[in-house]
Amino acid sequence: MRKVPLLAPALCALLVAAPRGGELHLCLRGDPKSLDPLMVTDEPSEVIRYLTSGVLLRLNRRTQQIEPELASAWKVDDAGRRITFRLRPNVRFSDGTPFDAADVEYTLKRLADPVLAPPAGEVFRTAAKIQRFRRPNPLEISLEFAAPVSALELLFDEVPLLSSRSPVKEKAVLGPFRLAQYRRGVSLRLERNPNYWKLDSSATRLPYLDAIVLEIQLNRDIELTRFRRGELQLISNLDADNFDRLRRQAPGEAVDAGASLESEMLWFNQSTAAPIAEYRKAWFRSQAFRRAISEAISRKDIVRLVFRGLAVEASGPFSPAAKFWYNSRLSPPEQDTDSARRRLAAGGFRWRDGYLLDPGGRAVEFSLITNSGNRNRARIAALVQEDLAKLGVKVNVTALDFPALIERLNHTHDYEACLLSLSGIDLDPNDQMNVWLSSSSHHPWNPRQAKPATPWEADIDRLMREQAASYDPQVRRGAIGRLQEIVREQAPVIFLVHPHALMAVGSAVHGLEPSSLKPRLLWNAERLYLEQPVAGKR
Amino acid sequence: MRLRSAAALLLILLLIMAVGADWIAPHPYQQQNRDEARQSPGASHWLGSDDLGRDLWSRLLYGTRVSLLLAAAAALLATLIAAAAGVTAAYCGGCTDRLLMSVTDLFLSVPWLFLLLTARALLPLNTPPWESVAITFLLLGLFGWAGAARLVRAAARARLASPFALQAHAAGVSPARLLAFHLLPNLAPVLEAQFLLALPAFLLGEANLGMLGLGVSEPLPSWGNLLVGLTTPGAVAESPWLIAPSVVVLVSLLAMHELCGRSRKSI
Repeated sequence: MRKVPLLAPALCALLVAAPRGGELHLCLRGDPKSLDPLMVTDEPSEVIRYLTSGVLLRLNRRTQQIEPELASAWKVDDAGRRITFRLRPNVRFSDGTPFDAADVEYTLKRLADPVLAPPAGEVFRTAAKIQRFRRPNPLEISLEFAAPVSALELLFDEVPLLSSRSPVKEKAVLGPFRLAQYRRGVSLRLERNPNYWKLDSSATRLPYLDAIVLEIQLNRDIELTRFRRGELQLISNLDADNFDRLRRQAPGEAVDAGASLESEMLWFNQSTAAPIAEYRKAWFRSQAFRRAISEAISRKDIVRLVFRGLAVEASGPFSPAAKFWYNSRLSPPEQDTDSARRRLAAGGFRWRDGYLLDPGGRAVEFSLITNSGNRNRARIAALVQEDLAKLGVKVNVTALDFPALIERLNHTHDYEACLLSLSGIDLDPNDQMNVWLSSSSHHPWNPRQAKPATPWEADIDRLMREQAASYDPQVRRGAIGRLQEIVREQAPVIFLVHPHALMAVGSAVHGLEPSSLKPRLLWNAERLYLEQPVAGKR
Repeated sequence: MRLRSAAALLLILLLIMAVGADWIAPHPYQQQNRDEARQSPGASHWLGSDDLGRDLWSRLLYGTRVSLLLAAAAALLATLIAAAAGVTAAYCGGCTDRLLMSVTDLFLSVPWLFLLLTARALLPLNTPPWESVAITFLLLGLFGWAGAARLVRAAARARLASPFALQAHAAGVSPARLLAFHLLPNLAPVLEAQFLLALPAFLLGEANLGMLGLGVSEPLPSWGNLLVGLTTPGAVAESPWLIAPSVVVLVSLLAMHELCGRSRKSI
């Protein structure tokens, strides 16, 4: 198996001139919904935006540090209320139009436009409203915000810069590649941007690759088969079963970037609107019950049996992949059935003939819903079922197709417990506001609360708002650390495991720095090169 | 004849396996021996073990019980509904015939898989696995009678127009007696063939639902959810014994087909 720090090839690339040319082939899970970089909402569009757009600052997916891109320098003042960018000189868009501060202002104004309302600019219309732009010269721009903005620099990692003057509008790009051909349902061909500004250490203009061909393929099994046949060079997301098989058959092509940001989690329905018996709601609202369930589950077995060792046990919502935010003082709960029994006994529960009874003498039994067609989740459900049976709790597992599941979670609230994943999240905790704020419609266990139902939920609300209003990273980290402690103490959501970010990389591809953050393999696409590039191989 | 006997023998053997699973199976089907996960076939696990360390031979035996017995029950239900609808339509004729055949056409035109998904989504969640599997097959039976009903109607009409039925009519035989003693015995081969045709269709229907993760719920095994292991590419090449459930499904379907073919010929 290829170990994550693939720095050797990267260093080689610096010392020996990497060969230019060649096409890289990989798959997208579907057609992009929009090719306008500001209107991106789906993953395929996001990949294309990432490969074609230029940004002022870039989050290095490996170090998780902000690095300069089109802004050669920047400065934050006034406790996060103002940021000033110094732009790189002599940068041109792919059509030859020059780039300057007017383009930055144009892009940000379009993002903040309430009529156009681009999804990528939501934050600039809410938490980070820009009050004033100042352009003292064409290569400098200063932005003033109404209030301090947390994670201010990180916002600019996702702001694709547009040209204010180009006649081809958003087709003029600043990224390493530009769109050359799009065959709907078949493929997209991105070719080298001849005006890309970045040079390598030997002054060779990047990117090394002539083109990246993104083939539309929904079926992951076909994607893997094509990879094994050498028709694709990269797969950015593999499940544990396929990865395990690949690492045994071709160890050099299996890449494990460690824990991802995603979590497998289980929660109980505490919604007041839920059409379930009050005595059951009383179980789900009992901290002793939730913590006992958490302790009764063997996370180690989930890691070992379901993910074949390719996951880490979860102690809370933040995975070790979120280096800055992860509260390392909290260790994942060990399976301890005796401790779980003590908690339940203290909460008034008792046992008869091996079955758990609540304080009212009713047998404890609940249904656990999950989405159908996900083998890993079906296995986790079976393990949870068996672990809780040892505690005398009967669990009925029901797999539902996704629309039916979402209907129950978001609209009817007709369910008791749910097993699902927290996925598609960004590094910054602000991305989880809709999960943790009690007023949010996506607050898993009790959504849309008029006011927090419990003091600890009020604490979570306060901590989330506190961190979102502060620019100071240490203040934010303190708030998020405390949030993780509360989630651990109260267990409103029982976090089980964080699966690893698993990928496949053809042996001919070099320059990769795989990361658990998206886009896992393509974040430094300009530095990727092929060992023996063959232009137009297919 | 020899082939038919072999097919019948095979099905009887499968039935014995299904009914006697409690005595034949070396392990409880739900028992997770977590330290013995993904084992190759051996003395302790004749067909190896699954990802959670459950004995695959035991799960195959219990899965045979679930699939074979409940598919048979569903096929019987579908055949009975088809018989009732077909015979009533043929005997009454006129508006009743048109109404019943319109309902039949409606059931034939509905995509049953989506109907099953919707019906399953509307079921109570806190349903124990055995009840949930029984409901799944009940739904299969309730939705799968329409094709057979059209055939039964055609056969019943032909029988009602035949000389023996006309003579019985002329002799003043009551409608109930005509149906019970003259028509139904003559429809038996048709109904038998329909039952045997429905059985593999329902087995495959459950297997389809199982492959989609919507079939029999954990920890209960069925032929459908035992086949899920084959969806990963390369799984069979790596662990050939995983193919055992599909061999059992294939062989039993071939046996049923053989019996169906003979029944059709006898009609």
